Amino acid sequence: MILDLERFVREGEPRWQELEALLTRLERHATAQPEVVELERLHALYQRTSADLLRVRGLPTEGRLRGYLESLVSRGYTAIHGVTERQRGSWFAWFWRDFPQAVRRRPGELLLVLALFWGGAAAGAGLLVTRFSEREMLFPFDGLAVRPSQRVQQEMEDRGRQVGERTGRFSAQLIQNNTRVAFFTFALGMTYGVGPTVLLLANGAYVGAVAADYVLDGQTMFLLGWLLPHGVIELPAIFLAGQAAFLLTGALLPRGRRAPVEERLRDVFPDTLAILGGVAVMLGWAGVVEAFFSQYHEPVIPYAVKIAFGVGELGGLVAFLRWAGRDAG
Amino acid sequence: MRGEGLEIRTPEGVPFSIPLAGLGARMMALGVDLLAIVAAVSVGMQALRAFEQLAPDAIGGVATLLYFGTSTAYGMVLEIWWNGQTLGKRLLGLRVMDGRARPATAVQMVVRNLLRPVDALPAAYLVGAGACWWTRHRQRLGDLAAGTVVVRTGETIRADWSQLGRERYNSLREHPGLAARLRQRTGGDLAGIALEAVLRREELTAEARVAVFGALAGRLRGLVEFPAEAVEGLSDEQYVRRAVEVLYTAPR
Repeated sequence: MILDLERFVREGEPRWQELEALLTRLERHATAQPEVVELERLHALYQRTSADLLRVRGLPTEGRLRGYLESLVSRGYTAIHGVTERQRGSWFAWFWRDFPQAVRRRPGELLLVLALFWGGAAAGAGLLVTRFSEREMLFPFDGLAVRPSQRVQQEMEDRGRQVGERTGRFSAQLIQNNTRVAFFTFALGMTYGVGPTVLLLANGAYVGAVAADYVLDGQTMFLLGWLLPHGVIELPAIFLAGQAAFLLTGALLPRGRRAPVEERLRDVFPDTLAILGGVAVMLGWAGVVEAFFSQYHEPVIPYAVKIAFGVGELGGLVAFLRWAGRDAG
Repeated sequence: MRGEGLEIRTPEGVPFSIPLAGLGARMMALGVDLLAIVAAVSVGMQALRAFEQLAPDAIGGVATLLYFGTSTAYGMVLEIWWNGQTLGKRLLGLRVMDGRARPATAVQMVVRNLLRPVDALPAAYLVGAGACWWTRHRQRLGDLAAGTVVVRTGETIRADWSQLGRERYNSLREHPGLAARLRQRTGGDLAGIALEAVLRREELTAEARVAVFGALAGRLRGLVEFPAEAVEGLSDEQYVRRAVEVLYTAPR
């Protein structure tokens, strides 16, 4: 005889149904901690059903009995082996400890990002200086369409009126756009580093060209007063997103390691997520500063005040990333 | 290379397979999720409109952040909260799991959602769809990085085994020696197909039923020849049902 299927089903069905009901209850309340008694019963039923599945697998039965038992065993396996201790931690501890520690743990990636961005900036500035007459063709950006001195004149006459009526909306748009760019930069890490490299070089070239244009036109103070208050937070945030992207890239590349790619990726996720969380907070701050502070120029706010504010922020950021969370090990 | 299921062997040595979600089901779930995001943001906007006169600029800013926050956090929060499911996945019977058939962790859910922009490139999730098409476990890039898979959870389907209920009288059992020979000579595949046909006969059209049972009866009759009085007046379907009963149940 192949198998007394009728008897097998008659005897097994009550415990299969009990297991199914128990699993359904546990899956519906995935975030709740199950009772020990429930877990013990689950384990016993799971083992009996696994044995039933083994018995059926070796025998020529119809597909649905095997399918039914497989689905029960897979759900049971997930429920039993998936019980993990939930990590608990405060937002404060994450921001004050995990984020700066993660940045410090991966200096190589950060140095690569800085080299790419500032290399791009130097190239952009160099191109603009050496081929000044072709600047609009080389850099077809709105920022270079108007001469810096004209822009400064317009801003001084406007006295912040244009942006004054919509600072809230403007700030939200800046936060949204910058965070989107930061997350996109990180996601491009999956392109084996090609995406973030291109993005950082291109952005660096743009910033370098704009900066050179303002300096050549004698508007260095305006430039510093305009960019420093938000730029000293916004640019490092993009650098850190790039650092997270290259962490991802580094995990994808074997570089002589024997660990499988899944394991290498799992190793870097805690740091990448800690960094990206910090990046989101930084960009929130930068968006508020850019809308409510950076857009107001002399005579509304003296350049010296804006520059001092930016330098203070930069010092604070460097100190935070350098020393915060050191005591925690 | 593409598999239909995620093959797992438990520490107890029991192999099983979890069916993977197809591209179509995943795209439909994504469509439902996009509609859910639009609906949630619309409701939020309506609520904000009540305060628009008080501070139009601030409300405009909040609305922008509401849309951005909802669209970014939707997948992460719901997948963590609902054990690997968003609204769309729940409706379509899909679930995100770890590649080892364990529940995905919060970190995995966040990572697979953060990498969504790359999968969405260059438009309409072409990169993600291509990756799903080519990879063994139908993973988009976000899934590959996070080590997750999307599986079909659907309701567990139980066969109606009562259909296997014994006939009141089985003339084939009157000849134990021939019945034993039938069990000996029937191959596993044929026995399995015959059982499947008996259990699912109500799902077949009349024509298909006649054809299927005719073919099966022909095969089974060819294995063992029962005396004429044992099979006299039996239709092909009755013959197969009695043969299956001989194969799969013990004599009373």
